Amino acid sequence: MLAKRIIPCLDVKAGRVVKGVNFVGLRDAGDPVEVAARYDEQGADELTFLDITASSDERDLILPIIEAVAAQVFIPMTVGGGVRTVADVRRLLNAGADKVSINTAAVQNPQLVADASARYGAQCIVGAVDARRMPGDGPPRWEVFTHGGRKPAGLDAIEWGRELQRLGAGEILLTSMDRDGTRIGFDLELTRAFADALDIPVIASGGVGNLDHLADGIAQGHADAVLAASIFHYGEFTVQQAKQLMASRGIEVRL
Amino acid sequence: MADVAVIDYGMGNLRSVSKAIEHVAPGLTVIVTDDPAEVARAARVVFPGQGAMPDCMREMDARGLRKAVMDAAHTKPFLGICIGLQMLFERSEEGDVAGLGLLPGYVRRFATDAMVDAAGQRLKVPHMGWNHVRQLHSHPLWDGIDDGARFYFVHSYYVETADTALVAGATDYPGPFTCAIARDNVFAVQFHPEKSAAAGLRLLANFVQWQPARPAGGR
Repeated sequence: MLAKRIIPCLDVKAGRVVKGVNFVGLRDAGDPVEVAARYDEQGADELTFLDITASSDERDLILPIIEAVAAQVFIPMTVGGGVRTVADVRRLLNAGADKVSINTAAVQNPQLVADASARYGAQCIVGAVDARRMPGDGPPRWEVFTHGGRKPAGLDAIEWGRELQRLGAGEILLTSMDRDGTRIGFDLELTRAFADALDIPVIASGGVGNLDHLADGIAQGHADAVLAASIFHYGEFTVQQAKQLMASRGIEVRL
Repeated sequence: MADVAVIDYGMGNLRSVSKAIEHVAPGLTVIVTDDPAEVARAARVVFPGQGAMPDCMREMDARGLRKAVMDAAHTKPFLGICIGLQMLFERSEEGDVAGLGLLPGYVRRFATDAMVDAAGQRLKVPHMGWNHVRQLHSHPLWDGIDDGARFYFVHSYYVETADTALVAGATDYPGPFTCAIARDNVFAVQFHPEKSAAAGLRLLANFVQWQPARPAGGR
């Protein structure tokens, strides 16, 4: 049976892993290869690298990171952040990324998703959606935000998810901007609405504060995979512990 | 002469395949090449593939690699990966394109509708992630790998063959499908050994040491 996936997310800035990586005995907490290898040992099913470099001239600094990790760690790697053109997609894939996630540029230029998918295959194009719950009564609605969650795009999030699927995304990385950083758990209603509406896999992101939240994302949110950053980075929990908890709740995982 | 040639026809990321082989066999010369002569000279050949099969067939032919691929598949240890498995068969539903026809069978798409698992939960397409691989018969490439070990998959199409003797491995999604085939000097898998951590690296290590008992030897 296909296992539900746990995906640690690493933020990269100007060629270094940032965000308090705190593994015991790590020689250099900012070394992406060492951090990636540690997650691999813990049983991470995939890794996601998010380039949070602000200036575009420093963005290519992620390429040697991806090359170095791909030469040492043999699990799938997704890279996102600042991807604007098919040439950007090609550079990241050639460096060793298996999938590239596209967020703001997909909203600005949906054809990018179609072109990249046609050229490299749906399996390597991840549509990243940052969604925020709209105020009001009645059935819940969510709107798409771009530019790291700062700008409203004027799109209904679920409709946009369907459109990304139609354009050729092979997977959706769904982040609740309301929950991101709160540590109170995923927006399960949002996650379930997406997962049930789409034929392609959905990765839940935003708000994980404990291991039960990860399991909830799958059991109640119907997500195919769950992504988290801080609960793993700060050494609070290991990926292995997360999988054991999920298995104890009857969720299929790779142990 | 290269120990291992990874055939490059411009479809996707071959770096991880070559890096994974270098990782398990540091002493070997591994090349990534689109030169038919290099493929012909190599001791072993890996035939990967990503993206859509019609594009893969077109790009392979555009580089004049068809004969080199077929010759390798008839004469030396040959490992197909993902679309590199699918292309060995007669025809694919993806773009209704002809394959190489080395093996009997067809490439089908998973039905997007009405795919549910035992728990009643909907199954997504692509089939993406880590799934169990049942070893249907023993083979040197399974050496040291647990029957039922998980490998990493990402695909929307799978091969279907009436020649059950070919089928070396199967996976359930939700019904059983062929995920590995073996015949003579050819072994090919739907999953990605280069992305399947320890089990995948072991399969690659087995491949670079494999001495097929009955190399087919020409046509």
